[in-house]
Amino acid sequence: MSDVLEVRDLCLRFRGYSGMSEVLHGISLNVRAGERVALVGESGSGKSVTARIVLGLLQELPSAQVEGGLFFEGEDLNRLSRRQWQALRGTSISMIFQDPTSSLNPVFTIGTQFAEVLRRRDPKLSREAADERAGTLLQSVSIHDHARVLGAYPFQLSGGMNQRVVIAMALANHPSLLIADEPGTALDVTVQAQTLKLMHELVERSGTAVLFISHNLGVVREFADRVFVIYRGRIVEQGPTPAIFEDPGHAYTRALMAAVPRITGGGLPELNDSESAFLDPMVVHEGGKA
Amino acid sequence: MTPLLSLRHVSKTFGSGPRAVHAVREVSFDVAQGECLAVVGESGSGKTTLANMILGVFGQSSGEIWFDGKGLPIRRTLEHRSAIQLVQQNPLSSLNPKRSVGASIRLGLDVFGIGARSDRWRLVEDALEEVGLPGNFRRRPPAALSGGQCQRVAIARALACQSRLVILDEPTSALDVLVQARVLRLLEDLRRVKGLSYVFITHDLSVVRNVADRVAVFRAGRLVECAETRAIFENPQVDYTRQLIGAVPVVADDELKLRESLSGGVPE
Repeated sequence: MSDVLEVRDLCLRFRGYSGMSEVLHGISLNVRAGERVALVGESGSGKSVTARIVLGLLQELPSAQVEGGLFFEGEDLNRLSRRQWQALRGTSISMIFQDPTSSLNPVFTIGTQFAEVLRRRDPKLSREAADERAGTLLQSVSIHDHARVLGAYPFQLSGGMNQRVVIAMALANHPSLLIADEPGTALDVTVQAQTLKLMHELVERSGTAVLFISHNLGVVREFADRVFVIYRGRIVEQGPTPAIFEDPGHAYTRALMAAVPRITGGGLPELNDSESAFLDPMVVHEGGKA
Repeated sequence: MTPLLSLRHVSKTFGSGPRAVHAVREVSFDVAQGECLAVVGESGSGKTTLANMILGVFGQSSGEIWFDGKGLPIRRTLEHRSAIQLVQQNPLSSLNPKRSVGASIRLGLDVFGIGARSDRWRLVEDALEEVGLPGNFRRRPPAALSGGQCQRVAIARALACQSRLVILDEPTSALDVLVQARVLRLLEDLRRVKGLSYVFITHDLSVVRNVADRVAVFRAGRLVECAETRAIFENPQVDYTRQLIGAVPVVADDELKLRESLSGGVPE
């Protein structure tokens, strides 16, 4: 199967007061068409910056230095002009952020923001036509009183409702790649479970590939086909989800899994702080490499 | 033995007339000395309103709250305020960014008059050491600490006031799984050593399973189920509890089995 996204040897450095600090030390990963791939790691491991680089957002920052290959549907992203890159965002590649309420603009109604999204693919779309399409899209995320929602401001809706709106927007232009940065973390468990189920169904139906960023291994297990575990700017383990969960090979992956409290009980996890082993070389599971 | 905290038919209504919001309705439960009671429920179920009433941020509309065998007045005395402390969800926003963390901890000591004035910096350092941070961290601002370290400071601040009951309002939701595991372990150890009681507010049932003695399940302001932790997870009586357990993302196969055996399914 062909790769929708390929990241090859990606390095990222930030220029700071005390010189350069390297954040990503050569990350390689790929997402095949229609596949759900998770990037898992703790805060500060480089998950979100990787997503931002794929969108071309960090490259615009003067203090960031990005090196490495980025290919989207076989096309070299590094050779795109700023304009071309901008044209990809929101149409072929879209993104869902962690906190839905703050990723929507507070001073415009959902309807206005939806029309803006739809016009990215279809600039001449009238507001009436946009509202109608937005209505159908909101139906697909189980929002049935779409007239009210389109007329509402984000603060008038609940977090779960906003998240559904954001998902509907992200999939509105039939992207081939969706980047989801911790889409359930700001929501409570029941709403998170609903949101993930919904996202699962939608990407299945539309054949959208997903790069799913999370620190929650339980969520990853339920959502992803393949997993990349990232620690301090390095991929430490990769493979199909069942292989990683049945037989975690890397010390860091094992520590991550041990740290998750279990609903079957057994008390709090014992953590052994053998952090030096976290820097061991990468473990690759069968079928993990394209 | 009298429970440390008891609530009897406590209700809270915001506003009045047809637009009144009944945030908490007729809630009664006890928390024993040294016990950890988990309060679970979705957003908007009244968990935080409940915490605010126990803390005395605002009074209840009806019902009674008892602490250590005596009725708690709506206007709390200093003694009550120091005995019941709060640890909030987001440590970076619950600590004053312009104060060193030591000054934040010391403020409670000054207000409640704990220890001799000259001795208080030492008490602050002791409190920091108790939560596993070096005493000299007291000079640092919250921005120089990681999220997990800030949460430890918030815990130290609650303990330094010689509290007996700590309300933990989603203390680990903002933290990573590895940091969460360490903070939970710290809370457990402190409870055992100091005989503290916790009201642990959370929506993460996998955490609840491992730290709580009893669980109170809230929905729309009502207490729908309250039982020993084991009973809640092995034999939930209410559909809503089953749904909550069914929504927990799990990593191990035996957890999957447990979840499926309850088969509440994801609520639509």
